[in-house]
Amino acid sequence: MSANVAAAAKAAPSADTPAISVKDMRKCFGDHEVLKGISLEAHKGDVISILGSSGSGKSTMLRCINLLETPDSGEVRVDGELIKMKQIRDGHQAPADIRQVERIRANLAMVFQSFNLWSHMTVLENLVAAPTHVLKRPRAECLEQAEALLKRVGIWERRNYYPPHMSGGQQQRAAIARALAMNPKVMLFDEPTSALDPELVGEVLRVMRSLAEEGRTMLVVTHEMGFARDVSSKVMFLHKGEVDSVGEPKEMFARPPTPQFKQFIANFNK
Amino acid sequence: MEFLSDLQAQVSTAYELLAAGWGVQLLWGIAWTLAVTMVSMLIGAMLGSLVAAAKLSPRGGLRFIGESYTTVFRGEPELLIIYLFYYGGTQVLTGVARSTGSIGSTDILNMPSFLGGVLAVGIISGAYQAEVFRGSFLAIHRGELEAARAYGMSAWLRFRLVIMPQVLRLAVPGLGNVWQLTIKDSALISVTGVAELMLTANKAARSTHHSLLFYTVAGILYLVMTSVSTPIFEKAERYTSRSFTRPK
Repeated sequence: MSANVAAAAKAAPSADTPAISVKDMRKCFGDHEVLKGISLEAHKGDVISILGSSGSGKSTMLRCINLLETPDSGEVRVDGELIKMKQIRDGHQAPADIRQVERIRANLAMVFQSFNLWSHMTVLENLVAAPTHVLKRPRAECLEQAEALLKRVGIWERRNYYPPHMSGGQQQRAAIARALAMNPKVMLFDEPTSALDPELVGEVLRVMRSLAEEGRTMLVVTHEMGFARDVSSKVMFLHKGEVDSVGEPKEMFARPPTPQFKQFIANFNK
Repeated sequence: MEFLSDLQAQVSTAYELLAAGWGVQLLWGIAWTLAVTMVSMLIGAMLGSLVAAAKLSPRGGLRFIGESYTTVFRGEPELLIIYLFYYGGTQVLTGVARSTGSIGSTDILNMPSFLGGVLAVGIISGAYQAEVFRGSFLAIHRGELEAARAYGMSAWLRFRLVIMPQVLRLAVPGLGNVWQLTIKDSALISVTGVAELMLTANKAARSTHHSLLFYTVAGILYLVMTSVSTPIFEKAERYTSRSFTRPK
């Protein structure tokens, strides 16, 4: 890459630079094409709910943004910065600069379906591990922030618990606090309530709603139609690896723009 | 009655023999056995973690090396490996020393017996430890490794903060087994002349003609060592798996 292009890739983001921009992302698992050219833009403060039936590629898309899966082609920009990829064998690509990927991942905190808290660390240790070691912030400051975040999500009393000793809802709230502790530019939620018992879904959704209300930028892969309709600023519906429709949530739910989306919400309302 | 007085005589002979210096010698034997076992375990831990990493590597070449290591060193008699290292090592050292002229053409440079012994036992222990580490790594919840990647941790940080602590936790019971195997293997290095418990018992038995006594005493001492280590490993296991067992 020439010096000019490198400089352009790192150029300071202007006010209208999307926090996340994905262009023509494609991904195959073997012969199966999971993503068939997905594009997406999320601006600061956007809360985008990504809907789709299982196998539509929504989780894969999210995981391609922070390179947990490597997209086969297409580009991802975070705050205008292009994630550099290099071509490897038979048309596949790989990250060109793993340091860059690690730096960008630290800005894109992810919340997983199965929480994925580090089970050998207490909740508090889970919250300070990445900020102190990855972001290299002072430990005392991280601890103070971690305690404040745990108060916010309502599990401060459990700060010295190990994750396996907590309920799913508590673990997921701890995981959200862990994400917040990174002061991320964008939060990625990968079906955050799908592994929870129905009575525990509410406590997690309440936390997510409060994050949306304070203007966080969030991409949320979810099956929670209520959240998609009432909380998000945009809804994106994926169907068979393609973007079927995108729009303002109330509008989308009131007047489904495509037969596929109509069918999808009809199935949910059954 | 005759039997009882006979037994009494036996016990007093045993006491005399042990008090006459063999007791102290046997205690030294225990010390050497523990030293051999610990150093071998350490060598084995280093080799074992490298071999486990090789076996888990995405590269075929490394996997092949790792597989070969565990196949060979678990599949050969321990005694053969010890002979190979001790006598083979002596032959190699002598050859090198002779060709560089550091010793005369008829002199022999012996492999140091402790070094040869712990290398051999350590390499064998490493083959078993590699399997323990590999199994422990595979038992880590994949999502936790993924979370470490997603939070921007480098490969080294992921190893230090997530993989190593969990591998150690999961490996403790398996390592307890390897420790017992290694204590027993350490007896074999008596053939190299390290004065550990087996060799000492052997010497005592031969020079006093009280084989039954000394082998029984040595057997009891080995059993004490292996059984004392069990509760220690159990305690370590309770500590390292505290996040799964006991609410704080």
